[in-house]
Amino acid sequence: MTSRSLPHQIDKIETETVGLSLAHDSAVLHVQGSAVYIDDIREPEGTLHVAPGYAPNAACGRILSLSLDAVRAVPGVVAVLTARDIPGVNDCSPSVGDDPVLADDRIAFHGQVVFAVIAETREIARRAARFGKIEIAVETPAVTVGDALSQQTTDVLPSYAFKRGNVGKALRAAKVRIEDSFHIGGQEHFYLEGQAALAVPDERGGVIVHSSTQHPTEVQHCLAKMLAVPDAAVTCECRRMGGGFGGKESQAAQWAALAALAARLTGRPAKCRLDRDDDMVMTGKRHDFRVDYAAGCDETGRLTAVDVTFLSRCGYSADLSQGVNDRTMFHADNAYFYPQVHIQSRRLRTNTVSNTAFRGFGGPQGMLFAERMMEAIAVRLGLDPLDIRKRNLYEAGRDVTPYGMKVTDNIALAVIEELEASADYRRRREHIVAFNAGSCFLKKGIALTPVKFGISFTLTQMNQAGALVHVYTDGSVHLNHGGTEMGQGLYVKVAQVVAEEFGIDIDMVRITATTTGKVPNTSPTAASSGSDLNGMAARNAAIAIKNRLMDFAAKEWKVAKSAIRFERGQVIIGNHAITFGDLAKKAHQARISLSSTGFYATPGLVWDRDKAKGRPFYYFAYGASCSEVTIDTLTGEMTVDRVDILHDVGRSLNPAIDIGQIEGGFVQGMGWLTMEELVFDDKGRLRTHAPSTYKIPCASDLPADFRVKLFESAGNPADTIYRSKAVGEPPLMLPISVWCAVLNAIGSLKPSRMPPLEAPATPEAILAAVKAMQA
Amino acid sequence: MTRKTIRFIRRGKVVEVPGFPPTRTLLDYLRLEEKSRGTKEGCNEGDCGACTVALGRLRDGQVVYEPVNACIQLLGQIDGTELISIDDLATGGTLHPVQQALVERHGSQCGFCTPGIAMSMFTLYHRDRPATRQDIVNQLAGNLCRCTGYRPIIDAALEVCNGQASDRWGADKDEIRAQLTALQESTDIFVGDADSFFAAPANGDSLAALAARHPDATILAGATDVALWITKQMRTLPKIIHLDRIAALHRIEDHADRLSLGAATTYAEAETALAAIDPDIGELLRRLGSKQVRASGTIGGNIANGSPIGDTPPVLIALGASLTLRYDAAWRMLPLEDFFIAYGKQDRRPGELVWRIDIPKLQANDSFRCYKISKRFDQDISAVMGAFKITLDNDRISAVRIAFGGMAPTPKRAPAAERALLGLTMTEPDSWAAAIAALAQDYQPISDMRASAAYRLSVAQGLLQKALTEIAGERTERTRVVGRREKEAVA
Repeated sequence: MTSRSLPHQIDKIETETVGLSLAHDSAVLHVQGSAVYIDDIREPEGTLHVAPGYAPNAACGRILSLSLDAVRAVPGVVAVLTARDIPGVNDCSPSVGDDPVLADDRIAFHGQVVFAVIAETREIARRAARFGKIEIAVETPAVTVGDALSQQTTDVLPSYAFKRGNVGKALRAAKVRIEDSFHIGGQEHFYLEGQAALAVPDERGGVIVHSSTQHPTEVQHCLAKMLAVPDAAVTCECRRMGGGFGGKESQAAQWAALAALAARLTGRPAKCRLDRDDDMVMTGKRHDFRVDYAAGCDETGRLTAVDVTFLSRCGYSADLSQGVNDRTMFHADNAYFYPQVHIQSRRLRTNTVSNTAFRGFGGPQGMLFAERMMEAIAVRLGLDPLDIRKRNLYEAGRDVTPYGMKVTDNIALAVIEELEASADYRRRREHIVAFNAGSCFLKKGIALTPVKFGISFTLTQMNQAGALVHVYTDGSVHLNHGGTEMGQGLYVKVAQVVAEEFGIDIDMVRITATTTGKVPNTSPTAASSGSDLNGMAARNAAIAIKNRLMDFAAKEWKVAKSAIRFERGQVIIGNHAITFGDLAKKAHQARISLSSTGFYATPGLVWDRDKAKGRPFYYFAYGASCSEVTIDTLTGEMTVDRVDILHDVGRSLNPAIDIGQIEGGFVQGMGWLTMEELVFDDKGRLRTHAPSTYKIPCASDLPADFRVKLFESAGNPADTIYRSKAVGEPPLMLPISVWCAVLNAIGSLKPSRMPPLEAPATPEAILAAVKAMQA
Repeated sequence: MTRKTIRFIRRGKVVEVPGFPPTRTLLDYLRLEEKSRGTKEGCNEGDCGACTVALGRLRDGQVVYEPVNACIQLLGQIDGTELISIDDLATGGTLHPVQQALVERHGSQCGFCTPGIAMSMFTLYHRDRPATRQDIVNQLAGNLCRCTGYRPIIDAALEVCNGQASDRWGADKDEIRAQLTALQESTDIFVGDADSFFAAPANGDSLAALAARHPDATILAGATDVALWITKQMRTLPKIIHLDRIAALHRIEDHADRLSLGAATTYAEAETALAAIDPDIGELLRRLGSKQVRASGTIGGNIANGSPIGDTPPVLIALGASLTLRYDAAWRMLPLEDFFIAYGKQDRRPGELVWRIDIPKLQANDSFRCYKISKRFDQDISAVMGAFKITLDNDRISAVRIAFGGMAPTPKRAPAAERALLGLTMTEPDSWAAAIAALAQDYQPISDMRASAAYRLSVAQGLLQKALTEIAGERTERTRVVGRREKEAVA
């Protein structure tokens, strides 16, 4: 299979625009504050504002009464919405239909929206929402994984497992056997732009909604269902988001729905923009887990069997928990071969907000397990964890994943060994041992961990994309596709692809807002797939137009098509040269269509979920990082002193954008594993619902010594857009090395003992592990 | 004579705003009234910095630009300043140097935090010396970015914030100074009526009289806390009395034996004088809030709001500070530790004002240490804040003052531990154990979202051990991961 050939066998590709480190297409607007987000759109005259209302002191129970007279009495309040006002289906779920837009009958988590106030100003709406009286027959909420197990709540989705061989037997036979359990915390997205939507009613009962969403099509479908109108009556548009990270994949729909409902009922435009605290309370987060596992290995640390159970807190409904938890299982191997393996996953229902997509989509939790297991084996055997890691990597003959896919593009060892040398891992590890021996309060740790991340939606039907390209008679190009821009640089990458195809300057390509009116039936911009899918779709659209232009030029100038080239704004037609614009004009005069859609579906994907076998991923993205930390054993404080990263993006479409994804993903993942802590009280109320209490990394948390490099690659063995690789999610898992380095530092206190460190490694978690080691 | 408007400089002109609601925030003024939508709302509580704008103020006759969070700045507070928002930086289609550097370094991804980042950088750009990496991360501590990981932003700032401002504001410096000078006058501001007003008296007597006349008014000393009552709790605060215009309340008097701070002294104003008492206090102020918060928040406000987790009270209590209060024409003084009675209850009657804080300086045989423990180092509220003043007679502890924040319903001393330490020597670390254990008698902390009770107590004990170890002579490069006292260790 040629597309699986090794990188060095890939043909070199000459490009003009693809591969340049162009600035983000909106950079000049960003820095001036003139990039328009939902709340910056000049409101149409008469725009109303919507604010959600909920029961402040209850997490779950039947709604006994709802008293809204005091809300309606506030001057400036136009109406109050409840479930009864919904003409169609009261649901905004992305999956099984269990997420009411407005709760009816009962609430299932603290912060669930029961009513919504429509008022002349946002301040009035927010203030009036506090006057709602909701009486709940309060039940004891299941808040944690432990609660869900002990209260035996009904799982949100069926359990699922991957299995190979006889794990029980292999574990019993193992020379070395490890049993362990730990917790992994969730994570708030903290996109800087909170959830927002502006709905404008149209003349026939439909609506145009501007939504900060990663999934305009789903918002469209949700609104159509809710308003009882055909999909075609709803248009959803998104020019850009102020961050998404998965938090606007399914979670944007509810706020668009409330705005649309208000617009429908009042006949006036309506905006719903959540206050930050409401946003954090009312929208889902990364799944938290308890992981229980047993592993068997030989005396060198090579695994013989792995039996792991992932118990995840899904929240009150299914949302995207199937895909998320499946991906946890897909990445429970990270880069390692498990000869006999049993990976189980339970999707637990709790009375908390429904957990959802978040960069990595469950993969990070699976991978953190794998890396903790490597550390545990190393501690048990008294060996360097890096040697354990290398010993267990996929390799020839040991290259089939627990879900039956053969790993054919494996470069993990090459990436690890290059980084091991460039980061001077072994020598620094020796220094750290010496430092720790002479240091009473401060201890250092170091770790080098790999990342192998599967690229494709594991729900195979989602691996498709559409684009729409128009060429105008001055040679300028209007580009549209189904992918959304949330800061990741998708728009500029796709524009580079289109500019490349036409041989024109990037400034001639006008990037336009994603809208269901131009490209229909799109997949969410998620799973790191944006450039892979939309880049190909846009390229196909451009190629279609280009082919027509070439047919026309070949006929007009009587040359072979092979003698026509598009480069540097010119079209070279045999011995003749003409500007791209002039060719477009002539083609138009000759009545040639200069507009085309483009479509792409990822080839070769087969996934039989029932049999748990197939090839769910088109390829894997690889990377590795090496982190050094210092901990304070009196307080649990920790600093990340140095980080080295080597990451594989294939042949980069835009190195600056890719490095931005790597660095930003690393810091975001480091936040998840170190300082970001979601705290719910026993009543099920989120106590960390604002940046004052929920701490994401700030500038000083960037490691003082931070060295990031792209892995030298001739290109992706898979035939992706210009042989690039997806980069949105994989870097988020690089900072697992930070967490392992902390573990390593704590481990220095008693080298034969595995530190009972939980994630995130907050100062409190670190000190707890330190105390346990000292006890 | 009172003025019924506020006035500020905007785009080179004096803007006069009459009749605004007392709780109107600067952010809402910009976005909803001016319709300037470059300034973004990220959190509406002063923690993310997306709404950062720059205020120009006269300080010792010079124009100084400071970043503030527009979401927790009330409109009335900006009287007498120059207001610069992101919409103003580019001139005639040419980007400002900080904007240009951000574009060239790929410093924006989603772009939502970027206007605030650019404004923070703008204020750093106008400082008179080149910015170090440490300066930059300090400057940006109050600007959260969820996309970039900050590296390109720091690089952009390193490149452009070189102490050589060459922009419109640099060129028009004299004119701006003249405009700001013309706005300074000693007329009381009173916008509204007796039932609902924003007042900013210009002298101490009229302030004290007004506060006594309206004991139900909210005293505003920086708004970094009070503004959240408005934006988050949706409280109606009909009467607001703003302290900022009283010169006496900004006065910093550096006496031989003590430092005297007016209650409206901002953290930024007090930073140098306080750091001179001990470098640990400088480090604390570096980490307290953010540049934006320190430009607005005040020492008096940190005390008067009575929070059990305010960062300065434990330090000031350990140093033995005293407080001066004023009610109309009546003055009184009390030790700071006596001001905090119980959770939410202070020794201050309605209409009474915290006026001045007197802080004894350290003597030659005094040692001081303070530590701020939080989930994130910068711009985070402390889980535990510990401050220690130990007086040595040769190697023997002859006096000790320990105060903690986050350990009790109020900032509180540790009498049992203090007693246990008296008479011990620094050369016998084993003898400290009883004092460290005694902290368990002094404090019964609570568990909350910042930390568990067990962690708090454990950390408090660790901090006492750390303080004693350091005072006994251990270098802080061996005892701390941040805020080391040795100069060479400071990055």
